[in-house]
Amino acid sequence: MVQERVLPATPTTRATVTREEGLMLYEDMVLGRLFEDKCAEMYYRGKMFGFVHLYNGQEAVSTGVIRALRRDANDYVASTYRDHVHALSAGVPAREVMSELFGKVTGCSKGRGGSMHLFSEPHRLLGGYAFVSEGIPVATGVAFQSKYRREAMNDPSSDGVTVCFFGDGAANNGQFFECLNMAALWKLPVIYVIENNKWAIGMAHERATSVPEIYKKGPAFGMPGVEVDGMDVLAVRGVAQEAIARARAGEGPTVIEALTYRFRGHSLADPDELRAKEEKEVWSKRDPITRLADHLLGEGLVKAEELKEIDRRIQEHVNDAVKFALDSPEPDPKDLYKYIFAED
Amino acid sequence: MAETIFFNALREATDEEMARDPRVLVMGEDVGHYGGSYKVTKDLYKKYGDLRLLDTPIAENSFTGMAVGAAMTGLRPIVEGMNMGFLLLAFNQISNNAGMLRYTSGGNFTIPMVIRGPGGVGRQLGAEHSQRLEAYFQAVPGLKIVACSTPYNAKGLLKSAIRDNNPVLFFEHVLLYNLKEDLPDEEYLLPLDKAEMVRSGEDITILTYSRMRHHVMQAVKTLEKEGIDPEVIDLISLKPLDMATIAASVRKTHRVLIVEECMKTGGIAAELTAQIIEQCFDDLDAPPVRLSSQDIPTPYNGILENLTIVQPAQIVEATKKLLDNRI
Repeated sequence: MVQERVLPATPTTRATVTREEGLMLYEDMVLGRLFEDKCAEMYYRGKMFGFVHLYNGQEAVSTGVIRALRRDANDYVASTYRDHVHALSAGVPAREVMSELFGKVTGCSKGRGGSMHLFSEPHRLLGGYAFVSEGIPVATGVAFQSKYRREAMNDPSSDGVTVCFFGDGAANNGQFFECLNMAALWKLPVIYVIENNKWAIGMAHERATSVPEIYKKGPAFGMPGVEVDGMDVLAVRGVAQEAIARARAGEGPTVIEALTYRFRGHSLADPDELRAKEEKEVWSKRDPITRLADHLLGEGLVKAEELKEIDRRIQEHVNDAVKFALDSPEPDPKDLYKYIFAED
Repeated sequence: MAETIFFNALREATDEEMARDPRVLVMGEDVGHYGGSYKVTKDLYKKYGDLRLLDTPIAENSFTGMAVGAAMTGLRPIVEGMNMGFLLLAFNQISNNAGMLRYTSGGNFTIPMVIRGPGGVGRQLGAEHSQRLEAYFQAVPGLKIVACSTPYNAKGLLKSAIRDNNPVLFFEHVLLYNLKEDLPDEEYLLPLDKAEMVRSGEDITILTYSRMRHHVMQAVKTLEKEGIDPEVIDLISLKPLDMATIAASVRKTHRVLIVEECMKTGGIAAELTAQIIEQCFDDLDAPPVRLSSQDIPTPYNGILENLTIVQPAQIVEATKKLLDNRI
């Protein structure tokens, strides 16, 4: 078994949270977890199709970063094929996400996208990009747009920050390095969040990467690179808040490498035979939801019954999303060509 | 009227649209301080600044993807391919994201961007710099493909492409940048989806685009002397094809010759032939004939290069052969 990388033990930037913030983070993570569990169930029951990549285990990254952004203004999120939970954290209603997975016209991409192509302009979700790394240039261009509006169009209100999520596998692709160069060169308000879950399908990160510490590649391009325990939502939130503040202040991009783990295979089609049992056990003990719950309880911010009540309420919310998706109509066949061109 | 050289017609179009709309910007290799490899953006950075004439590093796939992101969020970027061939390196962003993303997103986002630059076979530039990419891109859903051929249509079409809300692949030709023509003093725009009637005639329809239009017109001079009256149509829009104009011409002449610079296999003429047969079969007196480049990488040697692309003499010969079997 490969030596486990030591997680950064004493993060200096760990967020301190109020009761309200703690409950918000907990609820967001539970929504991600229960939504994905329901997806697995629906996939095996033949209600959704294609490749479905679940996010279980990585919730602290989505919640920690996206819930530190402004929801009601001009911040943007770009995701990958593993995008359900990023969409939920960004505020896309669970009903719309579930409907999209069912291919229904009420889905956030009108049933044209599917699991790997969730988009929502109203929630500034730039999309699930299904080819590894291809979302990085797009997100970088959106960050450029924010700067352009501020400086070339004299719009001081254009202070948006764009967050671009991708995995350890993507960080070996040229688009990553090309965009780090341009983002630093032009001081773009973008944050590259690498969810290093150790495995690119069956390729272990160490077998694919000459310098496995991805955060070290930030400084090589002239921007900060931060390593964070991706199973600790407060640590993720802390480094995210710092990076967002820097980006918003015009101080440029940041690389955040969140060390995390997916509790399921690469996709629901993956037999997941390569990852060692011992490795899975080590990481399952670091469950980010349990960890936040323990913290909130230990600090006396919440009571156990309150968390249980949230779990129950979110489960109902997810069940409602399934019912909504089941009851929703299929796209109209006469609209097969709709959305090819802007005028459609 | 003012005599305008081709590259300046494109520059005027860019300048006018940038002055009109602050969301319009140009990005690519050497578009700013250097002025563009064919001077289409010469000195515009002095007027509009470095952000609106964004000199990018040599990273085609990434800066094209950036343009997609900028377009999704409301800007109107023009990406210059220093040589359109380099955009093979950006094929993924052009296909998956510029072309398909609006559909895949269920209409959440639109991609108003122009990707323009010199394509075609130059003079002994070698295989990589002498490509004919229009054929490669024609299968990508969501893209409009336009090829300009004169200073007049270059200016009017580029302005329309910049104002279009869809991704437009805009082909110029490396050997046409020095053509001169008198252009109107007042502003004009040309439709992106309409073919241009270059010469009205009765005997045969010759369909062509880009630089081959000029080879065709050289051939036409010879054909006229021999009493042949060809109709010449410049396709302008390579996708979608203006089948209304084309079909009307076929109904009149009943014979079709297609002259193109791209390769024969899977080329623009291949698609055009298929559509003509599907839609105009009963109007044809003879099978459509294609004159295309040879299916080889463009050779460096000048003699071989000339053999690779269609020459005016071949157009004369093919036209006469098509007319020889007139009933």
